[in-house]
Amino acid sequence: MKAIEARDLVRRFGDLIAVNGVTFDVEQGEIFGFLGPNGAGKTTTINMLCTLLRPTAGTARVAGYDVCTQPAAVRRSIGLVFQDPSLDEQLTAWENLRFHAMLYGMQRSDFERRAQELLAMVELADRTHDLVRTFSGGMKRRLEIVRGLLHVPRVLFLDEPTLGLDPQTRRHIWDYIFRLREKENVTIFLTTHYMEEAEHADRIAIIDHGRIIALDTPENLKATVGGDVIHVRTSDPTRAVERLRTRLQVEPRVVDGVVMVELPQGERMVPQVVQVLSNGDPPLEVQSISLRRPTLEDVFIKLTGRAIRDEGADSMARMRMAVRSRRRH
Amino acid sequence: MSWRHELMAVYTIWLRDVIRFSRDRTRILAALGQPILFLVIFGVGLSPAISDLGGGELDYTAFLFPGIIAMAVLFTAVFSAVSIVWDREFGFLKEVLVAPVSRVSVALGKVAGGSTVALFQGVLMLLLAPLLGIPLTPAQILVLLLLMWLTAATMTSLGVLFAARTRSMEGFHMIINFVMMPVFFLSGAFFPLRGVPLWMEWLARLDPMTYGVDPIRQVLLQHRVSEAVLATLRLYPIAVDVVVLIAFWMLFLVPAVWAFARTE
Ligand SMILES: Nc1ncnc2c1ncn2[C@@H]1O[C@H](COP(=O)(O)OP(=O)(O)OP(=O)(O)O)[C@@H](O)[C@H]1O
Ligand SMILES: [Mg+2]
Repeated sequence: MKAIEARDLVRRFGDLIAVNGVTFDVEQGEIFGFLGPNGAGKTTTINMLCTLLRPTAGTARVAGYDVCTQPAAVRRSIGLVFQDPSLDEQLTAWENLRFHAMLYGMQRSDFERRAQELLAMVELADRTHDLVRTFSGGMKRRLEIVRGLLHVPRVLFLDEPTLGLDPQTRRHIWDYIFRLREKENVTIFLTTHYMEEAEHADRIAIIDHGRIIALDTPENLKATVGGDVIHVRTSDPTRAVERLRTRLQVEPRVVDGVVMVELPQGERMVPQVVQVLSNGDPPLEVQSISLRRPTLEDVFIKLTGRAIRDEGADSMARMRMAVRSRRRH
Repeated sequence: MSWRHELMAVYTIWLRDVIRFSRDRTRILAALGQPILFLVIFGVGLSPAISDLGGGELDYTAFLFPGIIAMAVLFTAVFSAVSIVWDREFGFLKEVLVAPVSRVSVALGKVAGGSTVALFQGVLMLLLAPLLGIPLTPAQILVLLLLMWLTAATMTSLGVLFAARTRSMEGFHMIINFVMMPVFFLSGAFFPLRGVPLWMEWLARLDPMTYGVDPIRQVLLQHRVSEAVLATLRLYPIAVDVVVLIAFWMLFLVPAVWAFARTE
């Protein structure tokens, strides 16, 4: 049995097609990542898999149960960390966790042990009995994660779990997730904007405009980007592309004004690139040049010609906005 | 899932509402202040004009008091359902909807929570009875508790019915104002329904609140006025009021639960 089987899932909101025929399988015990830009349809897919939204078309099974006809059985098998805030701010951290445990029918002793362990992990042990209203954005996020991990589900959905958290906390949470998988064989489905977080996944689906445009292990995906990626900033990107194309027989692209070239053995090519650009007529000024191993971002750029963007500080701002804006599911 | 687990879910939802309410002192005071304001202003203001109630045996303030208790229950009950809209906007509803509990239990927990909170407000109002010279025996208090609870449950169910399909706070407030004000004013809380024009009498008959105010008034004023005066105030026998209230309750509760169970 697969942990998740999605077949041609479609969800429309009026005229908008948020998810447009998505098909994939997730094995038990696998960590499966959804990577894609804002509005790609990641959360909508999760909501359908978690029985919060009915699919417009298509079917899905989670832990062997059909999400349309057996929603109760699906809900008994899953855990979920939402992208948007979903804590009760008028309650204390402990009360939020206790109500979760009650709704999930946890034994009291189990609940207390795990709650304390998890609160210590995210360094909230000393704020246990404070009202959530008095927490900072990052503290609320950590508490949401604790709540999602509290009962041990068979399939755990994490929608941008570590959005806006500091690297140390993110590492702790990932250590915990790995241990959880080791000990309990929990299947993990996550969406993320952080490239290095996506690397933790066994397999990744890249999703854009409601469709999966690539699905493979992170290594295989990166291998599709032939070699290394050289980034060049110059005074005239259009001319630079033209010249690199004719003189070096490569296919550069421009993303946000930066010229990007994929080359095998990139470090050997850097001097040539500089030479070609600055020795032509007119000479182009090379403002900066860098070389890196391909990342998943490069994979996305190769597939769509656009950057995923939205990292670091940007995500933090987005999370704050989500806290403030009255978003509906 | 087992019955025990579903009961636990109802209890969880109930407990959350009660804890939230008990923490919100401003809300308790505001919910108390408004009825008291009505009681004082209308009681004092209209008493001279309406002095012939029960042949002068009953002052208007005492007549109004049961209506005001019902008002406190009504407002608290309906507004407690607003927490559903609130939870939807601020995300907590998702946490509940994705949990392995039936939505019927969630809706019932909401009704139970709202009823409890509304009953509590009613009891606070009832504490004013001695100040108004209305004597109460333990038996009366017991019956009043039951009546207030039934009224609270009926009105909370109505609130949940509206809230289950409402997406915004603004929308909810609109509905509430359109529905709650007529429900309140036509219920006989303010003036005796005997001798009003036929159309108004009929509207009052369709108003669930009428069947809450009527028995509460009868029980509350039992030892305050003579049996003859009480008979002139009575619209229906208490048993009839109770049966009609239960019917209204079911009429609201079943579609409320259904609507809630279908929400996405
Ligand atoms: N309830 C809704 N009503 C109408 N449109 C919606 C609703 N929920 C999502 N959408 C639309 O569906 C599309 C996909 O949204 P979704 O939330 O799934 O994106 P996402 O991939 O999770 O993006 P992000 O990275 O910003 O979280 C968007 O265009 C969004 O505006
Ligand atoms: Mg999302």
